[in-house]
Order: sequence, then structure tokens, then C-alpha cells
Amino acid sequence: MSRYTSATDADRKAMLESIGAGSVDDLFADIPEAVRLDRPIDLPPGKPEQEVYAYLRDLAARNVSAEDEICFLGAGMYDHYVPSLVDALLSRSEFLTPYTPYQPEVSQGTLQVMFEYQTAISELTALPVSNATLYEGPSAVASAGWMARLQNRRGRFLVSRALHPHAREALTTTAPPYGTSVEEIPLSGAVTDADALREAIDDDVSAVFLQQPNFLGAVEDLELLAPIARETGALLVVSVDPMTLGVLRPPGDFEVDIAVGEGQSLGNRLDYGGPSFGFFAAREEYMRRMPGRIAGETVDADGKRGFVLTLQTREQHIRREKATHNITTAQTLNALAGVIYLSWLGRRGIVELGELLLHRTAYARRALAGCDGVELLHDQPVVREFAVRLGAPVDRVIERCAEQGVNPGYPLGADYDEFGDGLLVALTEQRSRADIDRLAEVLGAAVAAEREAVTA
Amino acid sequence: MADASYPDDLKYHPEHDWARIDGDVATFGITWYAQDQLGEVVFVDPPEVGKTTTKDEPYAEIESVKAVSDVVAPLSGEIVEVNEALGDAPEQINEDPYGEGWMVKVRLSDASEVDELLDREAYEGSLT
Amino acid sequence: MTVTIFEKSVEGRRAFVAPELDVPRDDDALPERFRRAEAPRLPEISEPEIVRHYTQLSTKNFHVDQGFYPLGSCTMKHNPKLHERVAALPGHARLHPLQAPARAQGALQLMWELQVALAEIAGLPHVSLQPSAGSQGELAGVLLTRAFHEAQGKHRHKVLTPDTAHGTNPATVTMGGYEVVKVGTADDGGVDLEDLRAKVDDDVASLMLTNPNTLGVFDRNIEEIATIMHDVGATLYYDGANLNAVMGRARPGDMGFDIVHYNLHKTFTQPHGGGGPGAGPIAVSDRIEPFLPRPQVVRREDGSYGLDFDRPQSIGRLRGFQGNFGVFVRSYAYILSLGADGLAEASDTAVLNANYLMARLRELCGEHLPVAFDRTCMHEFVLTGGPMKKALGIRTLDLAKRLLDHDFHPPTVYFPLLVDEALLIEPTETETRETLDAFAEGVAEILREAAEDPSIARGAPYDTPVRRLDEAGAAKRPVVRQAL
Repeated sequence: MSRYTSATDADRKAMLESIGAGSVDDLFADIPEAVRLDRPIDLPPGKPEQEVYAYLRDLAARNVSAEDEICFLGAGMYDHYVPSLVDALLSRSEFLTPYTPYQPEVSQGTLQVMFEYQTAISELTALPVSNATLYEGPSAVASAGWMARLQNRRGRFLVSRALHPHAREALTTTAPPYGTSVEEIPLSGAVTDADALREAIDDDVSAVFLQQPNFLGAVEDLELLAPIARETGALLVVSVDPMTLGVLRPPGDFEVDIAVGEGQSLGNRLDYGGPSFGFFAAREEYMRRMPGRIAGETVDADGKRGFVLTLQTREQHIRREKATHNITTAQTLNALAGVIYLSWLGRRGIVELGELLLHRTAYARRALAGCDGVELLHDQPVVREFAVRLGAPVDRVIERCAEQGVNPGYPLGADYDEFGDGLLVALTEQRSRADIDRLAEVLGAAVAAEREAVTA
Repeated sequence: MADASYPDDLKYHPEHDWARIDGDVATFGITWYAQDQLGEVVFVDPPEVGKTTTKDEPYAEIESVKAVSDVVAPLSGEIVEVNEALGDAPEQINEDPYGEGWMVKVRLSDASEVDELLDREAYEGSLT
Repeated sequence: MTVTIFEKSVEGRRAFVAPELDVPRDDDALPERFRRAEAPRLPEISEPEIVRHYTQLSTKNFHVDQGFYPLGSCTMKHNPKLHERVAALPGHARLHPLQAPARAQGALQLMWELQVALAEIAGLPHVSLQPSAGSQGELAGVLLTRAFHEAQGKHRHKVLTPDTAHGTNPATVTMGGYEVVKVGTADDGGVDLEDLRAKVDDDVASLMLTNPNTLGVFDRNIEEIATIMHDVGATLYYDGANLNAVMGRARPGDMGFDIVHYNLHKTFTQPHGGGGPGAGPIAVSDRIEPFLPRPQVVRREDGSYGLDFDRPQSIGRLRGFQGNFGVFVRSYAYILSLGADGLAEASDTAVLNANYLMARLRELCGEHLPVAFDRTCMHEFVLTGGPMKKALGIRTLDLAKRLLDHDFHPPTVYFPLLVDEALLIEPTETETRETLDAFAEGVAEILREAAEDPSIARGAPYDTPVRRLDEAGAAKRPVVRQAL
């Protein structure tokens, strides 16, 4: 069986002799009798590699992935094309199998990747300091909250209803235990209600959380909202879709303190939700208070340029209960995919991709609005995702579309009672005009069929 | 500063801090022993002018690459001056802990506290 | 001199070819005031240059596939190559996390079966795969403890951790809104029971433990500890970083723990990736189950699998979607490959290898690098470099740097904090006896060399891509991005 060990009986005999023990069992003598497992682990015996492969392949075959259907599902993760150079480079043992760069002299590959990644994120967000990743999007939002807490110790978070539901829930899970309340700022139509935000701001607000574009795909007016949010010195945290930053004004253009977001779109697979990475960028003044690993440039004993983990005194292994965060891992392999992808896209590519998304999304919006029984949920500017209302039960419509090999999008009713008839539709560069036409055709037919079913 | 030294004219706190008394104002810093334990200082998180220090309680933090240390106040009072130069040159704490490496100047609130501090001999003795 | 990818940028070069614009342009789609004025300064570079750049960078990394990597507390065991193949299957890799459960049955079944296997390994029946890594699993554990107490109308304020605890434990306690209280360590390396009894009261919510602990020893008093904690109604949390020592021999659930987290990137060989990704699933006892994160993967009566969001007492969620599924695929492949017999053998061999290496080092270097605790170790052990420093004038740091010149990755150094000039060594089960011998001999040689001339180790490493780096300078004047 594949156990990857090599100790033979002869090895064991010689080793036990060196140790001075009679048997391997003796090595476990410290475990009290009463807690010893006196039976084998109740799992099947090991299997040869080919059987394991076959089993997992059969499980994969029972999933309908973006390989099997035309996917317009977004809501936080997107079916972008991952170029093959990412796979090739990530499969290198040198990137795949080492751990955190505790010995920088033999980790310059990893450390320089982190440094380049940090630079790329700073560029995208237009904020000067970035860490070397957090786990993923929603928990990065929660981590920004914890940082605000350490920064100003105030009692309230104000969170837009247009922030991703998972990010909102990550805040309501993690903040009250450390004493900060989480209050929702309602929508006005499909964007954050600026008046409600203005009303809610006082000097006990620790941080304000917005999303750009928001969960409904709408572009928020940060120029209007940012000064309101920061009126009393609260931190402004914006969760941003990195794929839109080729065409959309970046958070650093506004009075944003922290930009976070989900990095999956940047060169990482869907993988049913993970692993991916969360990015975290901030203004210069927060550098010594940020969570996560940070790579810094330096020189070695010969004056040669090199990189090290720096500002480690923020971290748990040194500051322990006073650490800026408990995080240890960084999503380094996923960050590598991200920086390779951003280099592959390049300065022009990210703009071209953004433009492509803009035009295709506009086209898709018009196409769907042209279907009977489908209307736009909002007409706010969008970049790559938009919402429609269906004149038939959304779940039923989705099922009909699935039968036709199309996944039309996310049922908003799952998270928003007021949008029970809503569908969130996402575009990537992989959704061609033909795909969009097919979506309109199939969605239109599905809605029509469902309406008929009702009247019949 | 290569060799251990503990000036005679200072008062010492067991948590490795010194005080130079000048009327009702005292200058604080950390001792040679403290900076030697810490290693090369890379960052000082200073307190603000106007804040109070309380004897035996931390008033600032000093960081080396691999450690963080609370700096304990030897005496209570109000901070009247902070050594801003440490922002750019934190290594002064290692190189000149009793001179350029001073941390804060404090207007004392209770002069009698000075009696509780150690003199050089007693402090040096406590180190072995 | 190394050059960053930004420095290789040349205006006009490119790799990406945009798909053709096959729809009419809509120039009103995004009003001017929302538009980015200047493109972000990402590199302009061709694909061959990108590939060459990152390939060159990769060669500067030491890695497990290359050589021995005995990093204590990290379990750097072999990463089976099958796992990459199965994780890449499009049915897994291209599955959207919000796909309707009816069309993600393969993924949900995999998660369910992994949960069942992990529950059996740890001896606790209810598993959540959601936490992203050990630290997040610990936070889940602290929040579950809080929810447990609050459901009974109790408001406790303190959590106990041993002074040998990994830094994540106290950091997590603070994030969970509790005060950290440290418990001392006894001479044999286990928790000091007297100190524990003195600090336990009904304001203590939980005790967080690792067993075996970070000193590599199994706490013989674990039953007593569990009784002490349960008598005041507190929960007992198991940090599963060291689970590799006890699979098939003992289970934290049987030791009395209420909540356990696993590090899939340690015990279950998710590749470390230069620092991540990983995953930190948790398993809990019946009394903690109602508070588990949402959603839970469930198997219905009709045999189908689903996501259960209807959990009124749940603490909520700590992250998006369902967790790091790509990691689950790999870890489940591992569990299937090893099976009950293989998992038990993995732990047996991990402990055998650690004790053997400890014996060899004692034999060859015991005078200058004695063991910190003179007892049988589990999967890792701690040496102290104190005598070496005194007698030979080189520190643990210098030994570690000189090991790099011998093509070994050093052990963990200066942790746990309790031991002076600590070296925490975890060989894992996938190393051969010859490798362990070579390592012990390498250490001995470095000590011999230091006896002659300590300056060599103090100036090491010499044969690595860079030599010792100025970390103080990097902390004083941090440069965390390329100037563009």
C-alpha cells in the first residue's frame, strides 16, 4: 500500500536497538492505558494508487463543473481562464513542497515571489503596503475588522447590506466576541444608502465596510461615501473585485484605509470554493499593525540583494496574545499563481480584459432585459456582474436552464428577502457572445415555460 | 556599546530601566543589560507627550527583529518630552543607552518614589 | 544580483492575447468619473520571460522533494504526486462553490467521507471542514467555547494555555475576546498540575492543549487534566498540530477533549506551498455540535448529500463558501491510500524515526546538544544548544545556518521558548534510516569544526543563493514593494 515510508523489519530492529527499546509499542508507553486505542482505526485498509485515482475520478464525474456547462455563476468566485503557465510553474516541487521561509537563505524564491505579489497588489489597489496574503475574501474582511479594533478600540462596525453575505457573516461571527457590534447600513435601490450611513456615523464607529462593485454588481460611489464614512475617524474598509481594477478607479484614489478582497479570479481555480487567497492592502501608517506575513527587501553579508520576512514582531510567534493576528500560514502558492497571472495579463492586458468585460456585460444585460419575463433589477453602472428579476420562480428557472447545459447565475433570494425574484449573472472572458446569446435563449425559454406551467 | 556599564549617577529599576533625576524632571531609558538581551533595536513605539507614566507599568514598546519588550516606567509622572530621534535611529538605544538612547523626560508626580529605586551597586548585583 | 519581474518589464511586451471583441462596444457602460485614469503598472513581459523568471526563482528554494526538512511542529512529510493529479480533475477543480448541491454530489460526498474519516481518527463525532488553517480552526474552537457557555447563560473571561504553547494559541484567545492565563510546565515537560489547579476556577472557559506538546512529549496526566477542566464546566481544546504522533494509538476524543483541530497541511500532507494553503477542520463532541459553523455538510436519509444552513445555534461562518476543497481532495486521497493500517504505521514510524534520531544525536553530540527532556519522545524532540554555546562559542542559529551548507534544512529554532537555544526536530515517517544517520553525522561534523574554528559556523551559510541577510535593516526601514 502507498505509505511512503521505508522502514523494513531490519531497519526497525536496528533502530530499536539504538534507541534501547524492545518494540515500537514501548515508545508509546507514556500514553496511559485508559486512553489507548485498543482496536484498529475503524477505516478501510489502504488502497493502491490506481484504485484511489479511480474512486476520486468517479466522484469528480458526479459534479457538474464549468467544464460541463456554460457558467454564469459568480457571487464572489468566477470562472476565469487559468493560463497553462500557471499550472506548469505551480507544479514545480521548489514552489510546491517547501514551507514558510524561516531560513531566508534557502527561500529566496518564495520570498521574492511574495515581494513581487505585494508590489502587484499595491499597484492594483493603489495603496502602498500589502501583505503576502490572508486566507480568502470574507475572512480578510473580518481581519480588517480586527485591525480596526486594535487601532481604535471603538464599539461599532457599520456594514453595507451590499457587502458579500459571507463577508457580512464573517464579521457578525468574529466581532461581537471581542466587543464590537455589527450594524447594517441599508440599500437605497441597489447601492449603499449614503443618507443612512451619514445618520449612523458617530465617534463610536470603529470601521465602515463597503464592497466595490457591490454584491449586486453595482458600482458604488466611493467619492460620495468615503468622506461620510471617515467623518469621525473610523477606518474605511473596501472589499474590491480585483478583475475590475483595470478599468475601475482603485480604492487608493479615495480615502480608503484598507482594501481587501478575494483573489481567486487572479490565476486560481474555482476548486469548489478554495484554496485561493485574500489580499490586504493599506495606507502606509498601518504597516506595523497589519496582519499576515510581509516580505521585505534587504541585503546579505556580501551586499547582495535579498528578501526576508519582516516586521515579524507583529505576529503571533513573537507577540503571542498581543499579536496583530493569529494567522501563521500565508496562501503563498495561490499568491504565486496570482502574481504569475498578473504578469501574464500585464499592464495592457488587465485593461483590455476589463474593457472586454464591460462591453460583454452591457451586451448580456441588454440581451436578458429583452427576454419576456426578465427585467433589470437595477440599472446602476456595472463592470462584470448584474442582477435581473424573473417573472417566474428563480429556483425552477435555474433547474430548467441546467437541463439545457446553462448555469444562469445565483438566486439572490438565498440572501436577500427583498430580491426573492432576483438572479445575479456574472461574466468572465470565457463567456463569448455565443454563450451570452445561448443564455438569453435558454433563460427566456425557461421563464416562459415556468409561467406557462403556472397558468396551465 | 560593547561592554556592560552602569553609570553611578543613575537610579535603576529591577525591570532594567534607569532614571536620571534633575530636580522634578527625570529622564528615562533602558539599561545596557536590557539592550543586550533585546539585540539590535529596530523600532520604538513611543508614547505621546502629555501622557502619564505610572511606576512599574509599561509606557512604551521596543522591538528588535525577533522580540518585543515593554519598557517599564521607573517613576510616575507626566511625559514632557519624547526622544523623536529614535524614530530614525533606534539603534542609539544599543549604542548609547544612557545618552542619545534616552526615551522620555517626565515631570515627576511623587518624588518619594525615587527612594524605592536601586543604586548602581544594587542593580548590578541583581544581574548575576 | 536578483532582478524582480517588474524590473524585466519593457513597454510594449505582452503575454496575454485578449479574445476578440465580439459584441458591440458600449462606451456609456461606465461613466467617466468611475474610470481608472492610469493603468496599474503591472509588468509588460512575454510568456517565455515569465516562465524563465519564476523557474529561476524556484531554483533558489530548498524543498522537501530535494532533501531532509526536519522542521519541528510542521510535519514536512513527503507530498504524494497522486494528489496533484486528482485535485486537477476538472470535475473537482472547475466546480463553482455555489453550484446547486444536486449538481455537486461528488464534492459533497467527498467532504462527507472525509469528515467521517477525520471523526474516526480523532475520536470526536462531529466535523466541520470550514476553517482555512490551524489558526482559523483555533478561532473556531474559541468561538464554539464561547457559544457553549453563553447558551447556558454563563459569561466567562479566561482561557488557559501552557507556556509551551505555539504563539497562535494566545493570539487566538485574544481575538476570541478572552484573557490569556498561562499555565506552567513541570520538570517532565507536561502541564504543571499544581499550577493548573491553582488557576482553574469557574471564570475559566477553556484550556487549550497540544498532546503530545511542543516539547514532543505526551502528557501522562491528560486524564487528570480533563477531569480538572470538566469539573468546572470548562471545555478542553486540542491543537492538532502534533496529531502525526498518535494516529492509531490514541485519540483526543478518548483523552477527554471537546474540540480538536487538524492541520491538513501537516498530518495529512497537503503540500506546504511555501507557506500555504492549508486547511484546519475541527471535530467536536456532542455538547458542542449545535454551535458548529454554517453550513454543515450532511447526508440525507435518501443517501444524497447537502449543505445544511438551518442551524439556529451556529456561531455563523468564519470564511466564504465551504472551505478549502482542493485541500480536502488531496487529504482524502491520502487517507484512502494509507487506510487504517497505513495511518497507524505513519504514526508508529514517525515516533520511531524521532526516537532513533534523538538516540543518534545523543550518541554523537549529546555533550554539547543534550535533550531538553530526558524521556521517550513522540514524533519530535527538543535539544538545547546552551552547552554548545558555552563550550564551543556557536549558537543554535549558527548551527542552523551551517546545516544549510550541508544540504539539510535546519530544524525549528528558538521554539519552544521555554528551552534555551532550542532546536525542535521532527523527522517524520517518510525519511529513511540513512538520511537520519547522515543528519546526525552532519551535526556532529559541524560541532567538530566549531571546536577548531567557531568563526566558520558564525559566518555560515556560504553555499546558498544568498548569505546571512540583514533582518534588522529590513525591520528598521521596511521596503515591502518594488519602487516603480
